[in-house]
Amino acid sequence: MTQILEELERRRDEARLGGGQRRIDAQHAKGKLTARERIEVLLDEGSFEEFDMFVAHRCTDFGMEEHQYPGDGVVTGWGTINGRMVYLFSQDFTVLGGSLSETHAQKICKIMDMAMKNGAPVIGLNDSGGARIQEGVASLAGYADVFQRNIMASGVVPQISVIMGPCAGGAVYSPAMTDFIFMVRDSSYMFVTGPDVVKTVTNEQVTAEELGGAKTHTSKSSVADGAFENDIEALMEVRRLVDFLPLNNREKPPVRPFFDDWDRVESSLDTLVPDNPNTPYDMKELILKLADEGDFFEIQEDYAKNILTGFIRLEGSTVGVVANQPMVLAGCLDIDSSRKAARFVRFCDAFEIPILTLVDVPGFLPGTSQEYGGVIKHGAKLLFAYGEATVPKVTVITRKAYGGAYDVMASKHLRGDFNYAWPTAEIAVMGAKGAVEILYRSDLGDAEKIAQKTKEYEDRFANPFVAAEKGFIDEVIMPQSTRKRVARAFASLRNKALQNPWKKHDNIPL
Amino acid sequence: MFKKILIANRGEIACRVIKTARRMGIATVAVYSDADRNALHVRMADEAVHIGPAPAAESYIVIEKIMDAIRKTGAEAVHPGYGFLSERAEFAAALAAEGVAFIGPPTGAIEAMGDKITSKKLAAEAGVSTVPGYMGLIGDADEAVKISNEIGYPVMIKASAGGGGKGMRIAWNDQDAREGFQSSKNEAASSFGDDRIFIEKFVTQPRHIEIQVLGDQHGNCIYLGERECSIQRRNQKVIEEAPSPFLDPDTRRAMGEQAVALAKAVDYCSAGTVEFIVDGDRNFYFLEMNTRLQVEHPVTELITGIDLVEQMIRVAHGEKLAIAQDDVVLNGWAIESRLYAEDPYRNFLPSIGRLTRYRPPEEQATDTEAVRNDTGVYEGGEISMYYDPMIAKLCTWAPDRAAAIEGMRTALDTFEVEGIGHNLPFLSAVMDHPRFVSGEITTAFIAEEYPEGFEGATLDADTRRRLAALVAHMKMVREQREAQISGAMRNHHRRIDPHWVVFLGDERFHVTVNEHDAQTDVSFQDGETLSIVTDWVFGQSLARAVIDGQPMAVKVDKVIGGVRLRYRGAEIKASVQTPRIAELASLMPEKLPPDTSKMLLCPMPGLVVSLAVAEGDEVQDGQALCTVEAMKMENVLRAERKGRVAKVHAAPGQSLAVDEIIMEFE
Repeated sequence: MTQILEELERRRDEARLGGGQRRIDAQHAKGKLTARERIEVLLDEGSFEEFDMFVAHRCTDFGMEEHQYPGDGVVTGWGTINGRMVYLFSQDFTVLGGSLSETHAQKICKIMDMAMKNGAPVIGLNDSGGARIQEGVASLAGYADVFQRNIMASGVVPQISVIMGPCAGGAVYSPAMTDFIFMVRDSSYMFVTGPDVVKTVTNEQVTAEELGGAKTHTSKSSVADGAFENDIEALMEVRRLVDFLPLNNREKPPVRPFFDDWDRVESSLDTLVPDNPNTPYDMKELILKLADEGDFFEIQEDYAKNILTGFIRLEGSTVGVVANQPMVLAGCLDIDSSRKAARFVRFCDAFEIPILTLVDVPGFLPGTSQEYGGVIKHGAKLLFAYGEATVPKVTVITRKAYGGAYDVMASKHLRGDFNYAWPTAEIAVMGAKGAVEILYRSDLGDAEKIAQKTKEYEDRFANPFVAAEKGFIDEVIMPQSTRKRVARAFASLRNKALQNPWKKHDNIPL
Repeated sequence: MFKKILIANRGEIACRVIKTARRMGIATVAVYSDADRNALHVRMADEAVHIGPAPAAESYIVIEKIMDAIRKTGAEAVHPGYGFLSERAEFAAALAAEGVAFIGPPTGAIEAMGDKITSKKLAAEAGVSTVPGYMGLIGDADEAVKISNEIGYPVMIKASAGGGGKGMRIAWNDQDAREGFQSSKNEAASSFGDDRIFIEKFVTQPRHIEIQVLGDQHGNCIYLGERECSIQRRNQKVIEEAPSPFLDPDTRRAMGEQAVALAKAVDYCSAGTVEFIVDGDRNFYFLEMNTRLQVEHPVTELITGIDLVEQMIRVAHGEKLAIAQDDVVLNGWAIESRLYAEDPYRNFLPSIGRLTRYRPPEEQATDTEAVRNDTGVYEGGEISMYYDPMIAKLCTWAPDRAAAIEGMRTALDTFEVEGIGHNLPFLSAVMDHPRFVSGEITTAFIAEEYPEGFEGATLDADTRRRLAALVAHMKMVREQREAQISGAMRNHHRRIDPHWVVFLGDERFHVTVNEHDAQTDVSFQDGETLSIVTDWVFGQSLARAVIDGQPMAVKVDKVIGGVRLRYRGAEIKASVQTPRIAELASLMPEKLPPDTSKMLLCPMPGLVVSLAVAEGDEVQDGQALCTVEAMKMENVLRAERKGRVAKVHAAPGQSLAVDEIIMEFE
């Protein structure tokens, strides 16, 4: 009997060694942790339960029968993050470069199926050279099996991808369909075709880092939602993110004890909006002062900075925040910011996370590049996302809410539950100067008259009261008491029940 | 007594005057420019009058605008504060012409003391010790040597038209004097087109020590001890104290009596200050007399118990001084730290912007300690570019100097200022500097002790260990809270191990954290256990704790992967990991911050207005590269060295964050 037990331990030890000590050392030399070390960092100590440790591939082509490794290049299983269940897979670059075989894919599919059945998030730690070429179409089939599950799981359980090494070719499309992608700076990259192919086909000279490194995907392509300095930092931040998310679409977002007064007054907010309407201010200050303990998990921090998206907690429970950022492009909406915010709003709605919208928007960015780029359809994404969302929606207009952008930003008309405005709010079709130039086109030569009409327009619309008279604004609130008002609003919406009409699915303007 | 006074000033001094006036039952009128619409002094005053655009030259120092405000409000007297119109004789005269009392000295005294040469002459006549020197013009090098010998070496050879160190030479012997005379003369001729030279005594180990005087309109005048203001940066006072750690009672009395003699010589009848330079042998020489309330007057108030503003108001109203010289007793020790909106890590570059957080220490006064903070700002207020960068004067008082310094250390630790760059860390560092603590200071203290600028203080091993214990406790509390999240698997709650590894700067500490009801014990590997008592909870940016019996106030904020601690002028990043993760952490590559010496970084958040160079251009040291507009101010950024522009990252119209790369050089 002892012998049999020892045999199990021996086999386990062998499996745990992945591709062998030499390859582990090479992995470490690149500043990367091994697949199992990453799991140790990500999960609560001692909580990992492994599946399929002894799975091996079945390929016999190209001498592959000589290269058998228990586990076949991916570690899968489940464990807990602060006691809450998550499923995960962690690709092992030390085993055949983490390449994806038929069996490797089957292991991933198994835990994804379980995650769907049991209602827990899936976290994928990607570090793979790509398809197992020796297996040919079997490997491609494996990818597709994973893709199909990513699609089915979308909106059912949160899916998080962490790119911690190479992720190229078809492999990118699995993370691409998950909810969040995080990358590790300098040691990860993602692209559909690599620098060599790019060179051959288009003659472009580009490095892997430039083509698909963390900086590219967080600031240019918006493929990734965040980048971190190293493996440990990335995994610890994923833990932090998971604490904001519900386990599945049938559960409410998590709640945890909080050490902040729900009615904390921030008198400094009374002076946040500058006297001059054209002077920017930092909307992040408002978010940080509203949030429990000043804790804000920002999503896509480096992309389309004219809009801020991320998670905070109010009274211990998660709220998604979307806020125009006047510091960048005056906080206008454009193609990039509309897409960024729309995707975030839809994530929140899919997982019953209430949405707080902070508005200071002068309108949509004009220009040929915007129109040619399809700002009409991209802007419509955000409009659509807000309009279809049935979660609690609280909106605070701090300053400008002009034109169509006013409608878009979670206005009353899009089923906003609480629409508040600060006394500094200006809700109008456009700024006074622009409005007067249209209304009094024939008087443009008469500077005095234009100035007088501008003043009249300002007096009429540069305030929240016209909108409040019509009930489009539920209440004009003191900036300093915003946290209190917003917290109470969300508290009152805990049992909100609203359903959209049955449909197979909607047809959001993709 | 006056019914209503107007304060022709802004900022902390306006607020300070309003406080005393209110206590005396006098109504107050504030004046404000466009930039000060929401300023604290406007909020505090009973009435406020708008006097024009933001630049002081178009508002605060336009006499006619102040006179209008007086007429409009019916103020009977004006307190000018310091700076602005406080030493402008025309202002005092304009007030007199309309029968409004000036809470300051008579016009004649302002005029006499406002002129450097007249004031020196008057001082000499009044028997005040002045710097020995030869004021006449010197013909040749031989004469220069002769005069230098009469004065006694070392001497300073100065261009009459000089300034900014140009045309100035120090001579320690005849040869120096001969050469120095010639080179000063040449430099003066080329720099100023005026080669007149004079010679005076060069004061070694100079200290700046000043005497507070107070006179009334009935010929009474007293001195209220001295203030030492030797801690200066480029002639800007940073830290002051009273009394001076250097003066003995005899010197104090001699200086005080001379100061009073000078004040009486000009019929002085208000609060005023006679500044002296004091050498290493306690020889003192008259510098100048300031005919106004000084910035640093609170230290005198703290050790004498006399409210100088109240006295100024009373004597301006014609009252006799109720205090005689013998009544003046110096009690204890007071220190003032000036909080400037200047970033010490960026060579004290002025910083403007919004005070996202401003929480001064609580003011208090007991028999053993006092904290006073004179300020003109509030949380959410704006530091504008138009005025003095001083945002507060933090004073502490205690029975002796060591205790006053200790009080200041704590007060600085608990002072929270965010949103702008400020010199709090620098002030803390000075309070811990052994030379400052010893009192062996001169006006060259900052230049000598921080020749390369300020890079943050370093903490001793005991302090670092206490901080390590504190962050370990914080981590434990955090993890315990996070484990209480809803949705955890029943019966499979997270277990938290008490063993942790603290990374504090470059150090690692292996600790065991044991939480008890009232305290936490943090044990180190060498067997030492530190107990922590604290009521800190998440979200608080200031952690007050008693660690191993010692109270500490540490600023703490969350950064990715850990916390940033600020304490006693040091800034340290700390993180706490499980032993296993700590082991793995050592595998993580060390990423050096990018070398920014070949980059032009944006020094403040702003908008690129224009670029003066293009890729491939050769640039010279000091050449304009780019203009960035911040807060409506156009800042021209210049090349720090010769080079060639390799890549331009910014484009006109783009808004940039602090430290964003504008261009790179080869």
